[in-house]
Amino acid sequence: MTAITPLRARLGATVVVLALVVASFASLSLHTGEFFTLDSLRAMGRFVRELVQPDLHADFLRTVAYGTLETFAMSALSTALAAVIGLLIAYGASGVRPVLNVLRAVPELAWASLLLIWVGLGPFAGTLALTLHTAGVLGRLYLEALENQPQGPAFALAAAGASPLQVFCYARLPQVLPQLLSYTLYRWENNIRAAAVLGVVGAGGLGQLLSYHLQLFQLGRASTVVLATLLLVTLVDLLSDRIRHDLG
Amino acid sequence: MTALPSRGTDPAGPGRLLAVILTGLLVWALLRLTEFHLAVLFDPTSADAMRGFLAGFLPPALAPAFLLEVLRQTWLTVAMATCGLVLALALGVPAALVLTRVLSLSALGQSLQRASPAGRGGRALLRLLLVFLRSVPELVWALLLVRVVGLGPAAGVFAIAITYSGMLAKVYAEMFEAADPGPVVALLRQGSGRLQAFAFGLLPQCADELISYTVYRWECGVRTSVVLGFVGAGGLGQMMDQSLKMMQANEVTTLLLMFVLLVGLADLISHGLRRVWA
Repeated sequence: MTAITPLRARLGATVVVLALVVASFASLSLHTGEFFTLDSLRAMGRFVRELVQPDLHADFLRTVAYGTLETFAMSALSTALAAVIGLLIAYGASGVRPVLNVLRAVPELAWASLLLIWVGLGPFAGTLALTLHTAGVLGRLYLEALENQPQGPAFALAAAGASPLQVFCYARLPQVLPQLLSYTLYRWENNIRAAAVLGVVGAGGLGQLLSYHLQLFQLGRASTVVLATLLLVTLVDLLSDRIRHDLG
Repeated sequence: MTALPSRGTDPAGPGRLLAVILTGLLVWALLRLTEFHLAVLFDPTSADAMRGFLAGFLPPALAPAFLLEVLRQTWLTVAMATCGLVLALALGVPAALVLTRVLSLSALGQSLQRASPAGRGGRALLRLLLVFLRSVPELVWALLLVRVVGLGPAAGVFAIAITYSGMLAKVYAEMFEAADPGPVVALLRQGSGRLQAFAFGLLPQCADELISYTVYRWECGVRTSVVLGFVGAGGLGQMMDQSLKMMQANEVTTLLLMFVLLVGLADLISHGLRRVWA
């Protein structure tokens, strides 16, 4: 590494990144020009006009409310389950790190579409998918937090004859608990977004409503669902912000 | 030694019992709402369907033509993320500059936090717009855009550009606000333009953080663009969606491996770039 001067490394990296950008635009052929022809502008206008008229009939609102609740439940339950799995891993199974990497690398949506084959359409598949992905993320974060903490208290308890479980519960865990909670809340915010979209492959919640109504070109209804998503995401962000603020 | 309190007089007992009961009720409600039936996993028909599918997982599909297509789509996925991020920068950087109060001319001469009412109103409006852009998930943007611009990577690129411009503007503005305003104010008072004041007073302070965050966003963008394929925005996600619908398990294996490789590679590249630049 000492052979390369920092300046040349920087220059090289800059050239590589610029090449990546140019190559990306060249190979995608976005045809941005086509979007600004009169026809497509008119189509876009129609689309937007329908979109800004959300369907607010009581019946439909009830459906959306249930979808919102379902999405909320999916995100909350999967985060809680993943936290439990993450804790178990952090307690006794640091050898599963490679498994965690795979769990994490496969996106929630891919997990969901795989699990649909097993458990069928509905929120259960979505919940399991979120749980798997989140367990990968939280498991790794928990492991790292536990490994990076000062080991003094754990040694002290172990030397005094405490069992591994006692050492975990009374020395290792309490030290990092606020950090773990904050990771978990952050993942929950993430999962509420994920849960809202998992439905597009048929895994329940608001996403399923959205893709259903979009397929039928019922844009007013789709826009109600988007508004509900927005509301839910904002509320959970505020709630989680609040909890984190109180903790820290 | 004082006598230990007998069991049953635990002062924290009732509260804990209540907490346990409430948690139990909440979990029960969540389980009901998510139709959480673990038994389904072991139900013969569904388990057989999965077992049949899993049996097809190995060996992964390795036909040269298929692999070539996978590589092509992998590149498209990366290109989608890169274009999306560049467009997001084109929108997000100006927005961040507008949001930064230190660069406000009308705030000069008064206390730093005081801009003109028009300036304040404009910023509040812009901030609201950015919240909207980033709060609607990328996939929802993609779903809507697929209806407007048709199937293909364009929808994915614009979805990433829209969401990420909201995120970049917010985070950049926060970084600018956290920096020391001294140099900027000095430059502005000497009569330099706002862009000059930014380039020489603010940018040098935040460059490392900016690069680091932008590269991290690119990494997220790669992950996102894989997912966007599932709604028809092209790339690896779309291939996986098709293979799943055709029940081609061995192709799914190859694609999953490619996901893991790609995410790992993006991780490596972003680490390398951050080390070299920041």
